[in-house]
Amino acid sequence: MKLISCPVNGLRPLQEFSYGGEFREMPEPSSASDAEWADYVFNHDGAPGIKREWWYHIASGVWFIAERDTLKDEIMRTYLYSHDSCRTSRDI
Amino acid sequence: MTVAEQAETSETTAAHGAGGNGRLPPQPGEWIDRSRTLNFTFENQSVSGFAGDAISSALWANGIRVLGRSFKYHRPRGIYTLADHDCNALFQTESATNIRGDVTPLADGMNLKAVNTFGGLRGDWARFMDWFSAFLPVGFYYKAFHTPRFLFPFWERIMRRAAGLGSVDPGRTAAATPKAYEFCDVLVVGAGPAGMAAAIAAGETGLRVVLVDENPGIGGSLTYQRPNADDTRSRFKELSHKLDAMPNVHVRTSTTVGGCYVDRWLALFDETRMTKLRTGGVVFATGCAEQPAVFRNNDLPGIMLASAAQRLIGHYAVKPFESVVMVAGNSDAYRAALDLHRAGVRIAAVADLRSEGEAAEAAAMIRDVGAEVHFRHAVYDAFPANGMAGIRGAVLCQLDKAGRPRPESVFPIDCDGIAMSVGWAPAAQLLYQAGVRGKYDGNVEQLVPENLPAGIFAAGRVCGVYNLPDQINDGTHAGTAAAEYVRDGTESTTIFIAHEGPPPSHPYPIMPHAAGKNFVDLDEDVQLKDFENSVQEGFDNSELLKRYSTVGMGPSQGKHAIMNTARCLAFLHNRGIAEGDLTTSRPFYTPVRIGHLAGRNFHPLRRTPIHNRHEAAHAEFMYAGDWQRPACYRGDRRSRTEAIRGEVVAVRNQVGLIDIGTLGKIDVRGPDAVEFVERLYTGRIAKLKIGMTRYLAMCDESGVVVDDGIAARLAEDHVYLTATTSGASAVVREMRRWAILWGLNVSIINHTGQYAAFNLAGPASRKVMSAVTEVDLEAESFPYLGLRLGAVCAAPARIMRVGFVGELGYEIHVPAQFAGRLWDGLMDAGRDHGIRPFGVEAQRVLRLEKGHIIIGQDTDGLTNPFEAGMGPAVARKKPFFIGQRSLSIIRSRPETRRLIGFTLRTDYSGPIPKECHLVIADGEMIGRVTSGAESPTLSRVIGLAYVPPDNTEPGTMLTIRVDGGMLVEAAVARLPFYDPENTRQAGG
Repeated sequence: MKLISCPVNGLRPLQEFSYGGEFREMPEPSSASDAEWADYVFNHDGAPGIKREWWYHIASGVWFIAERDTLKDEIMRTYLYSHDSCRTSRDI
Repeated sequence: MTVAEQAETSETTAAHGAGGNGRLPPQPGEWIDRSRTLNFTFENQSVSGFAGDAISSALWANGIRVLGRSFKYHRPRGIYTLADHDCNALFQTESATNIRGDVTPLADGMNLKAVNTFGGLRGDWARFMDWFSAFLPVGFYYKAFHTPRFLFPFWERIMRRAAGLGSVDPGRTAAATPKAYEFCDVLVVGAGPAGMAAAIAAGETGLRVVLVDENPGIGGSLTYQRPNADDTRSRFKELSHKLDAMPNVHVRTSTTVGGCYVDRWLALFDETRMTKLRTGGVVFATGCAEQPAVFRNNDLPGIMLASAAQRLIGHYAVKPFESVVMVAGNSDAYRAALDLHRAGVRIAAVADLRSEGEAAEAAAMIRDVGAEVHFRHAVYDAFPANGMAGIRGAVLCQLDKAGRPRPESVFPIDCDGIAMSVGWAPAAQLLYQAGVRGKYDGNVEQLVPENLPAGIFAAGRVCGVYNLPDQINDGTHAGTAAAEYVRDGTESTTIFIAHEGPPPSHPYPIMPHAAGKNFVDLDEDVQLKDFENSVQEGFDNSELLKRYSTVGMGPSQGKHAIMNTARCLAFLHNRGIAEGDLTTSRPFYTPVRIGHLAGRNFHPLRRTPIHNRHEAAHAEFMYAGDWQRPACYRGDRRSRTEAIRGEVVAVRNQVGLIDIGTLGKIDVRGPDAVEFVERLYTGRIAKLKIGMTRYLAMCDESGVVVDDGIAARLAEDHVYLTATTSGASAVVREMRRWAILWGLNVSIINHTGQYAAFNLAGPASRKVMSAVTEVDLEAESFPYLGLRLGAVCAAPARIMRVGFVGELGYEIHVPAQFAGRLWDGLMDAGRDHGIRPFGVEAQRVLRLEKGHIIIGQDTDGLTNPFEAGMGPAVARKKPFFIGQRSLSIIRSRPETRRLIGFTLRTDYSGPIPKECHLVIADGEMIGRVTSGAESPTLSRVIGLAYVPPDNTEPGTMLTIRVDGGMLVEAAVARLPFYDPENTRQAGG
């Protein structure tokens, strides 16, 4: 069973976590076109590669971001969400 | 000699002395305990062995050569590998089947039978299959089932009877098989010289080390390959003494590692259980499996791997044969010949596949023994004896320069055994599972690891290291590297120890013979010609070949066959061996008893604090999410329907009490609490007064309704929310995510399990309440949708005047420890008013009468609030809420469906429309029912359904197809069905 490093609880088995989908930035609802909005809601990037994802540690209720290589099934790093942490690592 | 005669012969020759007459004098380090004789029966014959024997070794010691019948042709088979790959020596007892004779310890009183026979091992009538083998070409099953079609049932009957091994008693009750969980720093798999050295090196750093070996004893090849040699003995002693002195190294023998999963999570199997082990680093010192030579009749009893003969001698002190011909493809053959000679076996000849130049040095080792060495010769055929129960000679044949046999040069040599020492295949299956790729190394003529993922290490023969001192160095290095990785996270490093001298494996020990019967896979009776035919038919890569010819698909999973298959495949393609010539390695490494894998039937279960009250009231329970809830209180009533009906009538006419403690109960506090709730839900609460509640719906980002509940304003900065039973945990989870994303100052506390909740509903509910609380219940001071804090039955409560069921009612939320007191108090107070507890089923009917929807029942994964009639709950003009932008798009488009109420004729008595029954128009499906029930209040069947917008006018006739295909006429009805003026729940 895979291990995931929760930024708060440390290395824990996958069983304790829930996957929360790819991290995507919401476009400004008032200015986004219908097409842009639909793209945000429905089009998710399923191509293998390095993804920024939401993960949730169920037992403690901690949400965090994991950068995961879905091709190699490797988690490269995990960190708590903050506006800045997700902006700066945008170009992964 | 007929088979029957052979049977008599073997009976007379079978020894009746303790432990069998085929025993050698005590061997150093032997595994048997000669002081403990074990008596058992084999095919109704009484025999004996010693404690420490494997079943096969005990049988062999008693002169029994035929241990089983092959799968397809029912040919007699004996000992072949003695290394867990003898899949024709499988046995059956009363309680277990497919017991592997070569590795299963003998037990006193065993009553063994061979598995794959019709009418016993000796008289197996299916042995005639061997004569028909010419009519069973490769891919026979596929071909037979393919054409002609009308013969399909005929072949099916025959093959069902022929397929499968052993039988189980279905009446046997399953034994519980607990799982164990273990953790260590370094796991070493394989306790041969490299593995022992690795465990010692890792152990010396003080880390917790587990050393696992599938054999009953440690030592690996040291225990049977030249066990008498001084070097072997001193090394073994030295290594085992060091291990003994290390309390931090835990040695587990008779334990197989079945699978290696991601992040160094391994499955270990022993006799009693599976152990799931997590380790910091792993050293795979899994060694090699010796591989057979392929020649005609290479499967007969008496023909075995040299290492099998050496194991018989070294572990069990059993003489494998009297006189042997060695097939040699490496120098190990000569060392094995020395072991055999020492055990009193006459070395009749050595047929070395190699030229004299390559092999002379090794051959010199046995010069003194007086054996004749034939260079560039192979064993080409074997003469069966005693009706194929053994052999009486080998046919040798000269090889040409390309290594192909020259049939004109054959000559016989008398012997009763042939030992094959032509090469090894790395037992790298676990390494491959761990993500290692193999590359072919011509120095050793085998695959070696090309890469090592983080935390994975390998040492010894699996890496192509064969020289004993090198193996120990390699193991020491791997153990040290693993320890460093665990302590410092240093990436894996490999040392490369180059092999010197002739390769330990021969590149092509495969001798074609015109008459066939040269077996590559003994599990599945796959012959050399089957490969040639498969490749001709286009099944020319390893994975296709495997599935078409079934090579490697037997119980040994190709451990003695896949390497030769790869060599054949490369040969047929006229190229070198590539990694893809091996089939993918998947767990488990070796077959695992299904009982070891069986898990307990685990379903998360939640009960409300007053579960015992429900039981006492004869509740019939149902699952709601993880919760167990009373469906109804059946008591001694004749039918369920009657019970539900009674509960509905009680709520409508007197008063009822339902346990709603399974609802999600969430406190949101903080300066941004109201803003937070405004963004989460579609409705507005900014202007909600303290002490008031409001119904709210929640959408996801695509505008689909995902949950609903009540929001109660407890303070400026405190909102108390309910969520649906099955949606509660997801709602809390998403709340936490949005709180982070929005950076709002709120705290979210999930009280779902900490609070109990009840709904007291019915015209008499106020009277009942007034007996148990001081809170002013008058309509003016406690209006509909109001919230009051106060004591109920002396318990601190949050009381809300809301009504899911459409009657005057109170939701009472109390800390869970007061749940029992509240239930008892309300039931007591209600006795004179005819109170009845009601369950989920009655509540469903009641809310349906009132036209209230249930999220997930009357909505699906695409339902937007407008089509579900929840438009009033959507405050579209708010600055923001989840799903708002999507709903604005949805709103601008034509509506596709709408949830409507329908009624059936009052005299209708057929099946009731239920969820997912279809609404039909002109033979087309136009909608579907989401809820349906017989309403006791309205005395007719009512329901909810999605229909196209032009079918929503009250009075429109619909056709619904119910169970059994019957079409039922229904009329669209105005919602709610019951109390449209809302006087009952909202009124005084």
